[in-house]
Amino acid sequence: MKILVPVKRAVDYNVKVRVKPDNSGVDLNNVKMAINPFCEIAIEEAIRLKEKGVATEVVVVSIGDKACQEQIRTGLALGADRGIHIETDAGVVVDSLQVAKLLQKVVEAEKPDLVILGKQAIDSDNNQTGQMLAALTGMPQGTFASEVVVADGTVNVTREIDGGLQTVKLQLPAVVTTDLRLNEPRYASLPNIMKAKRKPIDVKPVADFDVDMTSKVTVIKVEAPAQRVGGVKVADVAELVHKLKNEAKVIA
Amino acid sequence: MSVLVYAEHDNESLKIETNKLVHAALGVSSDIVVLVAGSGCAAIAEAAAKISGVCKVILADNAVYEHQLPENIADLVVEVAADYSHVFAAATTTGKNFMPRVAALLDVAQISDIIKVESEDTFVRPIYAGNAIATVQSTEIKKIVTVRAASFDAAANDGSASVELLDTIKTSEKSSYVSAELTVSARPELTAADVIISGGRGMQNGENFVLLNGIADKLGAAIGASRAAVDAGFVPNDMQVGQTGKIVAPQLYIAVGISGAIQHLAGMKDSKVIVAINKDEEAPIFSVADYGLVGDLFDLLPQLEAAL
Repeated sequence: MKILVPVKRAVDYNVKVRVKPDNSGVDLNNVKMAINPFCEIAIEEAIRLKEKGVATEVVVVSIGDKACQEQIRTGLALGADRGIHIETDAGVVVDSLQVAKLLQKVVEAEKPDLVILGKQAIDSDNNQTGQMLAALTGMPQGTFASEVVVADGTVNVTREIDGGLQTVKLQLPAVVTTDLRLNEPRYASLPNIMKAKRKPIDVKPVADFDVDMTSKVTVIKVEAPAQRVGGVKVADVAELVHKLKNEAKVIA
Repeated sequence: MSVLVYAEHDNESLKIETNKLVHAALGVSSDIVVLVAGSGCAAIAEAAAKISGVCKVILADNAVYEHQLPENIADLVVEVAADYSHVFAAATTTGKNFMPRVAALLDVAQISDIIKVESEDTFVRPIYAGNAIATVQSTEIKKIVTVRAASFDAAANDGSASVELLDTIKTSEKSSYVSAELTVSARPELTAADVIISGGRGMQNGENFVLLNGIADKLGAAIGASRAAVDAGFVPNDMQVGQTGKIVAPQLYIAVGISGAIQHLAGMKDSKVIVAINKDEEAPIFSVADYGLVGDLFDLLPQLEAAL
């Protein structure tokens, strides 16, 4: 069984981003970049399925400029077998639908049994790509997964939903998107990082994919959020309750 | 201009998110139709018909829609959406699940998680966990939009629209429902509660969350948790408030033993009044709290319960 894991290069989750003074976007100059945390969970899940003997090959794919090969290498160091890089020009923003269309072409060529990807990227916070890919390829989907069990041409996905957990059974091939508690990703060991340098990455220009890259959604402006101003410290519980009742008037 | 609003419900009751979606949709058009898809949902459709501003309710009542499987729901919504310029659904785990499928099947980009409607084609949405707010414009022929319900007021319930039955059945062999483990609680849901009390890593373990129960009972509050508390295994993920959990905006939010990581603040900073209880007086949570109380939560929680 072959697993395809699409990953995104994103701002490191520890970075507190700043809005550019001209409100054109977020300042990413000299900001630490990393693999999107949910994508890392997706790689880990694929590697674990390979270690269990369920999967035979794990392919990592990323879309972006040359720099995103770093994140593909991270995936290879964690245990993926090979990489595919769909290369765009530097600074090009690709929206979720375009990513899904590019991945659709990769799915058509690679014919994976399972596609595992992060539920959202922590930059655009869209939460769209996996579902769009599933729709375009006619695959069923199991989003926000906290458990993935593959058996007999199907996959049971336990999903984190607002009221608790829901389990669905999907026929393979299928798309799974990861939630936080699916697993805890490992760290790549030094020997594996060295080994990853020899694993192949197939680089393909985005122009080869015949996908319309003009987006119909434009960002008009990006602003810093309204800052909440901290209030006062109260001395004790009695003062807190008094203020909540008489000043804020939020409790009776 | 006309908006199809996808009703949020659990086959038993209509959720307040639906009223908030209608309020958001009024920013686009006064021609608003609600689609209720589910099983045994006649009463829910009647409830949706009472929301002020709704012109019509379409009810697709069939067992295939009971569990909101995205394969079925997306195909249904795509068909119904033919008559509308906009489709709005709540940015809940239901809306997030099926709406991108709808967008892809219609070959249009989706706008996720809006917090404001500027005009029929321009919307405001948070990015980078709420550390930046983007205003985006879509020239797509149809606008497929998920709405952060907590950012909108709820439309009232003094309308009287008609309910129209739709017998379209969309189903897929590729996906089926197996089971669900739903949290059973007499307390209000996090996304609908007026008061929320949340515990963080400072609670030390899952058992200590009972210290929040008495206070929650007295305030009619829902109980939430930070991602740190969920990651540490104290409580289930459906209690998580934050960027990767639920986004809430209650009248009163009480953060107990929560340091105030960016990702938690992203989920609760629009609350009307924030109270922080933490032993570390330098904790970032105090910089957003209206009222801060520095001290040991194990001393303060029983005192608070007694004082209410």
